[in-house]
Amino acid sequence: MTRKNTIGILAAAIVGLATLGQPTPAHALTPYFTPATNAVKTPDAKGFIQRWMLLEPISKPNRTNTVFTDSYLRAAFDTLYFPDQFTVLPKNGDKVTVGEQELNWHALESTNYNVKLFRFADGLKKNVYGVLFWAVTVVNSPEEVKDVRLSVGSNSASMWWLNGQEALLLSGDRRMVVDDAMSKRLTLKKGRNILRGAVINGPGMSDFCVRFVDAKGKPITNLSITCQ
Amino acid sequence: MKKQTIRLFVNALLITGLAQTGWAQVGKPFIHDPSTIMECEGKYYTFGTGRGGLISADGWTWDGGGVRPGGGAAPDAVKIGDRYLVAYGATGGGLGGGHNGKILTMWNKTLDPNSPDFAYSEAVVVASSDGLEDNDAIDPGLLLDPNDGRLWCSYGTYFGFIRLVELDPKTGKRVEGNEAINIAIDCEATDLIYYDGWYYLLGTHGTCCDGVNSTYNIVVGRSKKVTGPYLDNMGRDMLEGGGKMVVAAGDRKIGPGHFGWINLGDGVQKMSCHYEADLDQSGRSVLGIRPLLWKKGWPVAGDLFKEGTYEIESERRGYALELAVDFVRMPYARRGFQANNDEPIKALPAQTLEEVEATWPGGNIEVRIGDYMFRPHQRWTITAVPEAGGYLGGPYYKIVIAGTERALTATADAELTTVPVFTGAPEQLWRIDQLIDGTYRIMPKAIPNSTAQYALVSAGDSTPSLAPFDGDSDNCKWNFRAH
Repeated sequence: MTRKNTIGILAAAIVGLATLGQPTPAHALTPYFTPATNAVKTPDAKGFIQRWMLLEPISKPNRTNTVFTDSYLRAAFDTLYFPDQFTVLPKNGDKVTVGEQELNWHALESTNYNVKLFRFADGLKKNVYGVLFWAVTVVNSPEEVKDVRLSVGSNSASMWWLNGQEALLLSGDRRMVVDDAMSKRLTLKKGRNILRGAVINGPGMSDFCVRFVDAKGKPITNLSITCQ
Repeated sequence: MKKQTIRLFVNALLITGLAQTGWAQVGKPFIHDPSTIMECEGKYYTFGTGRGGLISADGWTWDGGGVRPGGGAAPDAVKIGDRYLVAYGATGGGLGGGHNGKILTMWNKTLDPNSPDFAYSEAVVVASSDGLEDNDAIDPGLLLDPNDGRLWCSYGTYFGFIRLVELDPKTGKRVEGNEAINIAIDCEATDLIYYDGWYYLLGTHGTCCDGVNSTYNIVVGRSKKVTGPYLDNMGRDMLEGGGKMVVAAGDRKIGPGHFGWINLGDGVQKMSCHYEADLDQSGRSVLGIRPLLWKKGWPVAGDLFKEGTYEIESERRGYALELAVDFVRMPYARRGFQANNDEPIKALPAQTLEEVEATWPGGNIEVRIGDYMFRPHQRWTITAVPEAGGYLGGPYYKIVIAGTERALTATADAELTTVPVFTGAPEQLWRIDQLIDGTYRIMPKAIPNSTAQYALVSAGDSTPSLAPFDGDSDNCKWNFRAH
């Protein structure tokens, strides 16, 4: 890119920012996240799950997202980065060590239907690119429900487990799209269901949205979401 | 051996790209002027000129055996309540003969000649022509109006007008005092249908009965009232010779005529006809069954599905059915935008199966839906399996990754996979129906351990599955793209 082009693009960006209603907050969790409380929380009106335990990003450098083939992802998500990573139900503030990183778990609620991991990382002044996020939440169902599907959109690739069983893999360089990928038909147990996900990204705005839909494809909203 | 020879020949043609085979009915589908296809106790029936008719257990393999007394020509049939009304024409002298004709109707509780209930009532005359008036009373077409239960019969040929009379649906006789009215010219073998707010008059146009040189084709006009006027897409009255084309010759089949309608519901419709000559069946007159499409309120025949290699594209999102395998990048030397554009252009080869197949796992491989890049894991070769039988309008197909025998398979939990080698099991056989909007429904012949009927669906943008068919949802629709 020529210097002229670079200056031109920068100028356009500044003008663009100046015309926005609000200045973009730098390095803050708000307004994207609030701390999770113990108040009863259901999915939002469209079934999206907003209360999550999120682990600060594990550094996993990738200059490009073209590496996210099924094989690469299975290896990346099968790697044990920290003890009990497939079974842990952390509390807010719990720490794990991954290589030379000391990472904290955060109990958060997304203010949007999607969980903007980029803003989570940026808000805590962590790396936003070349990252692997772990997320876990507890989905409480008043009754057993058969033939549900887990619906996920993610930026970029991701893998999801329900009650310890692999439920979904989203591969390739993707962006977060509602109802992009669906699991096979699953059963939500009466009571607690542990939902765990891992999202990986190179350069991009890491993000995910998750809901359950019933046999007719309608979002399930009569659930309560807890961190424990 | 003969089937094997035909299969080898077709394969050879497919490899050379010459054949675009659309499979027509099999068995002995030889008939002229077929009636609307009737369903009776799980079988399909159609009656033709002469005494008999065809019977099929599945709508794909047809054989003689239909019984219709009275001789004459070009019958039609309609189901009213729990019995069948059959109409036919007994004409004075046939082609080049007299024009004093008679339309007769008769009842039967069943169309199965082996049933103890099989017995036609005495035929009664409902319309006639005296040989001099502007009409020749042959080629009846019946419509039971779903709006008010009235029964109508159109009839006639090129000699004068197509006429419309009203019959009593309880007796099959002409309504007392009903006067025939003229509704069209320049056609014969008419049929009437009602769909989505309009009455449609189908007429067969062009030359009949000249084998491979018949120009027979089917046209249509429509009206808000059953009594007409029937206008075509240009606003021309069928009384002036108007008519919009529904189906003409093509794909080695010549002279379609005698439209019949089969509305299976859920956005699945077929039309029946005969072809004056099927070049693949010794040029004989044969039964034809085609998908029926609707375009802006006009019916038009779809083409028979042609074997070939396709993208299977979701109507929901436009992504392609593919194997869940690693995407293999093609080598490509990046070229700056300031490079020399006078360098010669050359065609780059597409990625080949040989370049990627070794990266695929053995055993079953799952499927998903993803960005179409005409890569080997997204190209499906679809070929008929005629020995596996069929359904109304088509044979069962196998769907394999191009260049392999890896076959799309339905699973017992109503999901999908691919098996390394096609075995012919019912869950590897696929029914393909073109829907009225031109997209396709794709259904497995069976799911293991289940009698439930499922169709290929998009469960998500990137996730295929099997679920009951919903004709109103784009999730249930697919396109075949040869590109």
